[in-house]
Amino acid sequence: MTKLKLYSWLAGINLFISAFTFGGGYVVVPMIRKYYVEKKALFTNDELMEMAAVAQSSPGAIAINLSVLAGKKAAGMLGVFIGAICSIIPPLVILGFISNWYAAFAANHTIMAILKGMQACVTALIIDIVIDMYQLIRQEHSSLLNALVPLAFIANVFFNLNVIYILVISIGICLLHTYYQQRKEV
Amino acid sequence: MELFWTFLKIGLFSIGGGYAIIPLIQEQVVHQQGWLSEKVFADIITISQMTPGPIAVNTSTFVGMQINGVLGAVVATIGCILGGCVISISMYQFFQQHQESIYVAAALKSLKASSVGLIMSAGFTILLLTFFGTSELSRDLFAHFDWQSALLFAAALVILRKFKPNPIILMCLAGFIGFLIY
Repeated sequence: MTKLKLYSWLAGINLFISAFTFGGGYVVVPMIRKYYVEKKALFTNDELMEMAAVAQSSPGAIAINLSVLAGKKAAGMLGVFIGAICSIIPPLVILGFISNWYAAFAANHTIMAILKGMQACVTALIIDIVIDMYQLIRQEHSSLLNALVPLAFIANVFFNLNVIYILVISIGICLLHTYYQQRKEV
Repeated sequence: MELFWTFLKIGLFSIGGGYAIIPLIQEQVVHQQGWLSEKVFADIITISQMTPGPIAVNTSTFVGMQINGVLGAVVATIGCILGGCVISISMYQFFQQHQESIYVAAALKSLKASSVGLIMSAGFTILLLTFFGTSELSRDLFAHFDWQSALLFAAALVILRKFKPNPIILMCLAGFIGFLIY
């Protein structure tokens, strides 16, 4: 792929993905996997996981952070700008259009029905990617990492623990674990 | 300028994304700056959920638009995403550069595992929303069970696991089915 072709592909795919990011942003993970990993092989599934983890742990929207990281991986600094700009254009344009008559939009039955159908699909997409991601974690064969997944889930859903604490605590646990393993070996 | 700073701040403090950051935006935009009323803010959240794009980005676009037209929308949105982009790129660079360090590798692995848990909880929230029309856990939850949505969800999941179709095509299809059944 020539450089110019890569850049225009990136721009197009970011516009496209962003226009379909319904339901809060997580759905970009399976979409990036489909296009960047499966179709173009620009990076591996494991690298996608690392990027998703970083995007999730940084402030801001995971959808934007992930587009920017994927853009960087695929095409360097210019990829970053393409990723950032092209993923905010669709929401900007769409909201710009509807911001004037949003009340009519919200009351429209057809639009609501279509969105409800899409929401069921977004839910399936997120569950699907979570299953795949959990399988990748299990491949590490570490019972500590295996346990962190449900623990983070429970802490967040049932105890409403702030995400930042969950991330810091899990890093702390893993660092301590590594430290003790090192000491044992020495 | 005020718009830019406010949304830079919102972007920087909104770790975790999605629905968790709504109160944060509300605090800044409604209570501190007084740019919007509670009513308009609630409308914006509804619209943000219905239109593509992350909620933080949608809200910043909408607020910027109301205050200062297209320019305001662009400024607020850029402010909102700037912090996250810079931090996620630096963090990723850091992990790449220190791959050999077992401690850095351990930190990245722990982030991966807990992120999967967090994405799982986002999935759980939206699952509740799909099945019961609410994301609150309560006793009479099952009274509002929406079996049509549950079936559509189950069908989509089976298709995804079995055939690995293009997610966007599947979403359009589900939207069309929604149009037919609801």
